[in-house]
Amino acid sequence: MKITSKLTKSLQSYEGQKAFWGFIFVSPWLLGFVFFFLVPLLTSLRYSFSKVEASSSGIQTTFVGLSNYMEAILVNPNFNRQLIESILDIVIDVPLILIFSLFVSVILNQQFLGRSVARSIFFLPVILASGVIINLEAESLVQAINQQQATSGGLSNALGSFELARIMLGAGVNPTIVEYLTGSVGRIYEIVRLSGVQILIFLAGIQTISPSVYEAAKTEGATGYEAFWKITLPMVSPLILVNLVYTIIDSFARSPVTDLILETGFDAFNFGLSSAMAWVYFISIMLILGVSSYIISKKVFYQE
Amino acid sequence: MTIWNTITFDKIKRWSWSFVRFVLMAGLSFVILYPILQKISTAIKHQSDLYSPIVIWIPENFTLENFISAMSIMNYWETLFNTTILATVTTILTTASCALAGYAFARLRFKGSKILFAGVVMTILVPPTTILIPMYMNLRDFSLGGIIPLLTGDTVNLLDSYWPFILTSITANSLKAGLYIFIFTQFFRGIPKAIEEAAYIDGASVGKTFFRIMLPNAKPAIVTVMLFSFVWQWNDSFYTTTYLTSANVMSTQLSSLPHNLAIYLEGSTSSVDPFYLSMVQDTGILLGMLPLIILYLFVQRHFVESVKQTGIVG
Repeated sequence: MKITSKLTKSLQSYEGQKAFWGFIFVSPWLLGFVFFFLVPLLTSLRYSFSKVEASSSGIQTTFVGLSNYMEAILVNPNFNRQLIESILDIVIDVPLILIFSLFVSVILNQQFLGRSVARSIFFLPVILASGVIINLEAESLVQAINQQQATSGGLSNALGSFELARIMLGAGVNPTIVEYLTGSVGRIYEIVRLSGVQILIFLAGIQTISPSVYEAAKTEGATGYEAFWKITLPMVSPLILVNLVYTIIDSFARSPVTDLILETGFDAFNFGLSSAMAWVYFISIMLILGVSSYIISKKVFYQE
Repeated sequence: MTIWNTITFDKIKRWSWSFVRFVLMAGLSFVILYPILQKISTAIKHQSDLYSPIVIWIPENFTLENFISAMSIMNYWETLFNTTILATVTTILTTASCALAGYAFARLRFKGSKILFAGVVMTILVPPTTILIPMYMNLRDFSLGGIIPLLTGDTVNLLDSYWPFILTSITANSLKAGLYIFIFTQFFRGIPKAIEEAAYIDGASVGKTFFRIMLPNAKPAIVTVMLFSFVWQWNDSFYTTTYLTSANVMSTQLSSLPHNLAIYLEGSTSSVDPFYLSMVQDTGILLGMLPLIILYLFVQRHFVESVKQTGIVG
């Protein structure tokens, strides 16, 4: 009785009504969060510490401590190798994707002939580079053959990254850096494909910068180069963080580790081991995210 | 004299930048379009053209044979219909539930809503693989925390039906829903508070303000989320292959295409040519993404322009 009267009282106020409706609006998500996220998450944590056996009466779990984790990291022949490989991939790809997508979005923001066509082409990867298509494409034989034919031509060879590497090495650039750069030229298609969402986010961010800021800078005599480093980059720096998080999560989602975890769970029916792998995987993502966002957030500029 | 000099220098600089920019954009666009063009070229080629050294892009013998065989293997029309239904339903439900949650997190703060928002961020961060197995178990013996067994006496098996997708999208917990809630929250935060307050002063209730004032203003965010949600659901092989094992959906069909194809071809010819196999498979991929490309052509204008106002500022 007391609670109901208190509730009706608070509902009469504007703030109270907002809070009430806020809770109503959130409640579908909250239900789903509990049933489809929190409970499975905790269950998976419990599975990772136990031996899971499916029998006719249901699922039996017996606590086995850390042995699943030990098996995942020390015994399983594929897991640690694939995990380290995908982490290395991320360390290599993420900076490239971020720089590339920032660069492209700055260009796409400029006025030029065919801008809207270019924009719609650059968002195409958002649609095409996801899920099953990208996996199948990697295996296409016809594509591979055509690729080979295309690169065996004289002209493309002369302009290929091989020559570039020689020039740079001749100029005394560190071989590691040269290898990194030429490697990224070789993977340009992959990087373009993985940058769709990031370009979109950066472009949205750049467009929120008021043009008057640039105008003021121009009257003060700033060049386009200075405007980029002094205005655009600091203003979009919060989005660099957003994109960093998105890119890391996205590249983890398409790594072979995911397939291994699924295989262990659904083909070998070793749910305990599979859950332990999933948690090791999650923790390593968190570590990478934590370290990289700590470094970047030191440089992020907020308007407040 | 000096003024004239600087002008020309500036002009040269501008022109050369335009040129470089044009070449760059054209080159990168080509990189993106290249595989699509190549798929189209492969799809209309006859098998004999695969080995012809004079055929690179334009085939000597046009044929629709690849399309016909890929379509019959994929059970194309039924698959297309199923996928469209599934993606449409989940898109509408997801967008609705995420918009509600996003608005509440942005504007209708209540005690503890910040903690719940941390929960949203957590759903983005936890890889779906981590919770997949318990989810699978949960859906196989679905009990809704013990409510369903109370009513019917037994748990329900929701696997191999559309229910997992419908339930998760009603409750804003479907594929990448955390990201959509985040987009909506950031967007609603960007709408000036004054508009909302004016509506309240005029006597509109919270619900009315949301539906009449905020939602029409949120069109760009809605378009963005709907497109993402539709496309990602369409292409998703992660959930569909685990939850929907026997149903005909585009992504399950595509992922089992190599296998089905081999069976199909072995039945008709004695030896299977791996190149021909790959050719039909490419055609299948093209068929799988064709509806998306067509859809994109229609909404593209809306989408590309709308980004301007979405302003996802983190």
